[in-house]
Amino acid sequence: MLRTCLALAVALASFTAHAQQPLKIGMVLTLSGQFADAGNQMLNGAKTYMKMHGDTVAGRKIEILTRDTGGVAPDVAKRLSQELIVRDGVDILAGYVLTPNAMAAGDVSAEAKKFMVVMNAATSVVITKSPYMIRTSVTLPQVMETFAHWAATKGGIKQVYTMVTDYGPGIDSEQAFQGAFKAAGGTVVGSVRFPVANPDFSAFVQRAKDVGPQAIFIFIPGGAQPAALGKAFAERGIDLHKTKVLGSGETTAEAALKSMGDNALGIITAWHYDYTSKNPLNVKFVKAYQGVANGRNPDFFSIGGYDGMHAIYEALKKTKGNTDAQALVNAAKGMKWESPRGPMMIDPETRDVVQNVYIRKVEKVNGELMNVPFDTIPMVKDPAGERRKQQK
Amino acid sequence: MLSSLAGVLFDGFAYGMLLFLLSVGLTVTLGMMNFVNLAHCSFAAVGGYCTVSVVNRLGWNFLAALPIAFAVGALVAVLLERTLFRRLYRRSDLDQCLFTIGIAFMSIAAFAWFYSTEPQSARVPSYLVGSFQLMGRNFVVYRLFLMLMGLAITAALVLALERTRFGAQVRAAVDNQRMARGLGIDVDRAFMITFALGGGLAALGGALAIEVIGLESTLPLSVILVYVLIVVAVGGLGSIRGSLVAAIVLGITDTAGKYYFPWLGAFLIYLVMVALLMWRPLGLFGKR
Amino acid sequence: MANAKFHPLEYAFWACTLLPFVLAPNYLSLASQIAITALFALSLDLILGYAGIVSLGHAAFFGVGAYAAGLIAKHYWTEPLSGMLVAAAAAGVLGYALSHIVVRFRHLALIMLTLGFGLLLAEAANSASDLTGGADGLQGFHVPGVLGFKFDMFGRTAYAYALAVLFVAFLVARRIIHSPFGLALRGIRENATRMPAIGAPSLAHLRKAYTMAAVMAGAAGAVLTHTTSTVSLEVLSFGRSADVLVMLILGGAGRLYGGLVGAIIYMVARDQFSGVNPQYWYFWIGLLLVAVVLLLPNGILGGLSALRKKPR
Repeated sequence: MLRTCLALAVALASFTAHAQQPLKIGMVLTLSGQFADAGNQMLNGAKTYMKMHGDTVAGRKIEILTRDTGGVAPDVAKRLSQELIVRDGVDILAGYVLTPNAMAAGDVSAEAKKFMVVMNAATSVVITKSPYMIRTSVTLPQVMETFAHWAATKGGIKQVYTMVTDYGPGIDSEQAFQGAFKAAGGTVVGSVRFPVANPDFSAFVQRAKDVGPQAIFIFIPGGAQPAALGKAFAERGIDLHKTKVLGSGETTAEAALKSMGDNALGIITAWHYDYTSKNPLNVKFVKAYQGVANGRNPDFFSIGGYDGMHAIYEALKKTKGNTDAQALVNAAKGMKWESPRGPMMIDPETRDVVQNVYIRKVEKVNGELMNVPFDTIPMVKDPAGERRKQQK
Repeated sequence: MLSSLAGVLFDGFAYGMLLFLLSVGLTVTLGMMNFVNLAHCSFAAVGGYCTVSVVNRLGWNFLAALPIAFAVGALVAVLLERTLFRRLYRRSDLDQCLFTIGIAFMSIAAFAWFYSTEPQSARVPSYLVGSFQLMGRNFVVYRLFLMLMGLAITAALVLALERTRFGAQVRAAVDNQRMARGLGIDVDRAFMITFALGGGLAALGGALAIEVIGLESTLPLSVILVYVLIVVAVGGLGSIRGSLVAAIVLGITDTAGKYYFPWLGAFLIYLVMVALLMWRPLGLFGKR
Repeated sequence: MANAKFHPLEYAFWACTLLPFVLAPNYLSLASQIAITALFALSLDLILGYAGIVSLGHAAFFGVGAYAAGLIAKHYWTEPLSGMLVAAAAAGVLGYALSHIVVRFRHLALIMLTLGFGLLLAEAANSASDLTGGADGLQGFHVPGVLGFKFDMFGRTAYAYALAVLFVAFLVARRIIHSPFGLALRGIRENATRMPAIGAPSLAHLRKAYTMAAVMAGAAGAVLTHTTSTVSLEVLSFGRSADVLVMLILGGAGRLYGGLVGAIIYMVARDQFSGVNPQYWYFWIGLLLVAVVLLLPNGILGGLSALRKKPR
């Protein structure tokens, strides 16, 4: 009896101690420079989750601290992550738009034993850098291999010409797409890589057009470039009925569609999220998001931030506010939920994101250009992660 | 083969014209006034965002937005020149450099604050969109428009600076301030107008560039600034003809390189610059 | 050399560099990166401030040092001191090779050529992703510590290591500046055509200075690699070249302490501004630069010394 009383008192004491102290989440983002928009959208996604679900979980108030790496800067990302832990006493690390930054911060998470939620950084191996890490965004092989397989089978495409940006994610996408496309019986008739800083795409598009392939696959990072590339396609007069254009979600992101206009009609993309989805959860999310982000619509960075916060909240509920990294990562493993993007899960073994890949086509709905999904490949695991598992 | 060459030359020429429009303002301010203005692309962004506002918020025609962009860019340039930049004319290059980088930083934050970090676009009228067929090849209408704009502006500038009284005054004021003052030329005014011209031209370039390269808040310190500096350096300080030739050479090599040797894509423009500058350190048409 | 003696203010400055260990133990990671950047700025000062070579591509040497250190740690050994020496030598070799071209140019051509070489090298590193890891950064190495001290989360060892390297390099730079060679350099900066007439072979001198600056920048890059166990393409970027130039001008070029003061003020300001206002911090940094130029010509140190000399 006495013992139960004591235990209760201790539990209560620790509970109140917890309740008094806010639980800090340190978000390391890119808020300036070339990737500033990605960081801002991700932050707004996380904020939207807190607005919709309250800022208290398991009796503890949640506080977000944001830091800016200013672009690709693993040394800075690592330092900021360290400082968030030693200086600001954060309990959880989150954010990470770019792969090199997430890789460097992974070391910090492993060493300091902190739960870390990667909300974008889409290179497959990132997840191996810390046993306390989960990812709530997407991996490149997850989308690209799935897309390539779909294109070669259901899509009825026999040959493809690939065009990617000449940097890590672009090359990964090129290899993932080409590999899976060939494995499914297709042929690659040519490929080209754009420089990272490339204001004018006309020559590359002309080259692709002169080859005259059945389909062109594109991977290009978000920002101003997709619009510039899309315009180059449009003005070259590439007939999208004859030459199919395939791309990742960035190719037909909202801003890109706006500036391409009707020329974008018919582009086929594979992606995990689009703000126009009619899913009631998404309709609610978009409305709340617009309130947070001054009327802007969410994109895939936003949904990564939103679902990242969801995973943190749910894990904390399971651990009753305990922020021990092992407890949190155990709670997150195998977690399943309905997200505005559709059903998703954290793989219990790889800690990576499992989700639907949607095949969409740009169409005009009520006078507005939209990515309209017409096929779904359900609950795709990261194929590169699966291969790593087999190698072990 | 021949038609692909024609296409590449056409595209490269038009791209060169765009680079020229973006950099001619700097040729004027850096080359003629010896003022190191690394905030040059901030003026381009002013023109770009001005066009976005006029076209998307007011719903005006893109062509109507161009003179407005020029005027706003010139106005901003005059305001900055009167309040800040003129204090720095006698200071070292390094101080000018630091100061204008500071301005560029502040402008990026201001654009992000007012227009968010989202990439922007401005709809151009339908008759400037698409392409026409010639010799079995597509030629893009907007690029033809860029060429005409570039040539018209070159002609106007060369005439204004070389054939008018005002142009003579500006050149005199720039070449030898004391002598010009002695001759009763209002050097202050000449500098102010030159600066306004530089800012206005950059803004016009920024407005015209949206359709090709897009517009983001980071434009002032993006790779475009590097390209602009390359054009000015290769062309030769203060030479409008030099900038025109340099921009066209770079535009055509860049486009041709990407078309014929895409694996050289990122290197070519820098290789060409290094080679040209080693051959002619003062630039193609440089005198000083 | 009368100038070669340590001024009391200098003793005070270096004593202050030890204060973070006591006063700001949570800021040591930042302090270590400031020390590295200060070393990088000092190396730029050697060529810009003393030899008049304005470079917009100095990150080339920083980056080569950083990658060399990373590759050594990955493929050969993880002892940092020897790794740093080899990395600095590698940067020096590149510096010596490029110096033959660079010193023959002045003004805008010089700036653009250094910029061009820097950009070409950055593109090459991106292309050679088998060697450098490309945009993902060099992976698969970890530098555990230096001289038996482990690189800790708080950055204690990192700061001690970076500060020690900075101090040694500073002493070397100081010696160079106050030697007859340093004097000749300044002569060349003021009047390049006259110096050979009084027996100073100006191009050879400039090449030597350029190579030494490259070695020092390479050492700075190597220390960054060792203390963070990461290398990415950013070490070679135009942004890093531009940043260090800004810091040096901010502090005051040609003053030995200019780069150090500039790096401290710029990076502390950046850390504070971006901590308070992560989305718009660069507005405040811009304002700082603008204000410094308006109030203090020739950088903070230049402006202060002018103020001191001004009769009241």
